[in-house]
Amino acid sequence: MEGDLANMGKYIGVGLTAIGMGGAAIGVGNIAGNFLAGALRNPSAAAGQTAMLFIGIAFAEALGIFSFLVALLLMFAV
Amino acid sequence: MAEANGGLVIRPMDQFEVRPLFGGDMVGLFTITNVTLWMALTVVAVSLLMVVGSRGRALVPTRSQSMAELTYSFIYKMVEDVAGRDAVRFFPYIITLFLFVLFANLLGLIPFAFTTTSHIAVTAVLALAVFITVTITGFVVNGAAFLKLFWVDSAPLALRPVLALIELVSYFVRPVSHSIRLAGAMMAGHAVAKVFAGFAGALGVAFVIPVLAVTALYALELLVAVIQAYVFTILTCVYLKDALHPSH
Repeated sequence: MEGDLANMGKYIGVGLTAIGMGGAAIGVGNIAGNFLAGALRNPSAAAGQTAMLFIGIAFAEALGIFSFLVALLLMFAV
Repeated sequence: MAEANGGLVIRPMDQFEVRPLFGGDMVGLFTITNVTLWMALTVVAVSLLMVVGSRGRALVPTRSQSMAELTYSFIYKMVEDVAGRDAVRFFPYIITLFLFVLFANLLGLIPFAFTTTSHIAVTAVLALAVFITVTITGFVVNGAAFLKLFWVDSAPLALRPVLALIELVSYFVRPVSHSIRLAGAMMAGHAVAKVFAGFAGALGVAFVIPVLAVTALYALELLVAVIQAYVFTILTCVYLKDALHPSH
């Protein structure tokens, strides 16, 4: 019974880490949307900024992947 | 894989198991495993494209030579744009990183293949190599002035120690995020594909729906494989720029 309770807490925790991925989704969407808004206003400058777009997306996405890592650690390591 | 008897059993993480190729269960320091095999295949694929493919050196390139040249100039331009003109001497290292990660990601997408970049151990070595290279380069090129990277001159004096602490922590988190981003993205994609494939086995006649989903997912994974290789290299360039020009 004790073990079951611990497992329950573990799985609830894993589910909660999915919220972090939602945050990363908001961040990535924000960056891509703002890039598109800027690119449509000044299309000639857009091509030079795609590298910055991907760097921004990578940084935002890293935090979502950290939450994924926490989920994996909870599932398989703890 | 799903086992129809006794409910749905999907083990999405089984595909990442490291196994010795030639019998035995023990994985020692020099055991030839499936990781070794697929890394060797990655190197073979890169060599085929970049050495054999562009051997002709024709003025009008063949298809493979054209691919090799496009990749080369794409990465060259990226190093120049992001890290600056003086970073071009690191170009051989950066294109090696890009090609290795790209081909490891793409070879991993072949059914029944092993994705070497889905292991944090593999990507951590790549990221640590970048981290050590960048740190040494920073100190060699700038000397003690490299520490200005952590001392933000444009901020108010009272705020600078706090910022220095934040910058220091973020500097040392770099190899962690650099490696986990790649491994996490690859691992997550392949695990999701496996879960959907497991549904196909369990659903009977309705297997069409998960199969279609897996097809769409596979297209997305192709995109992710290329983008993650691109992101890995562009972040290397960004870190290199910090090392060569540490003042903000």
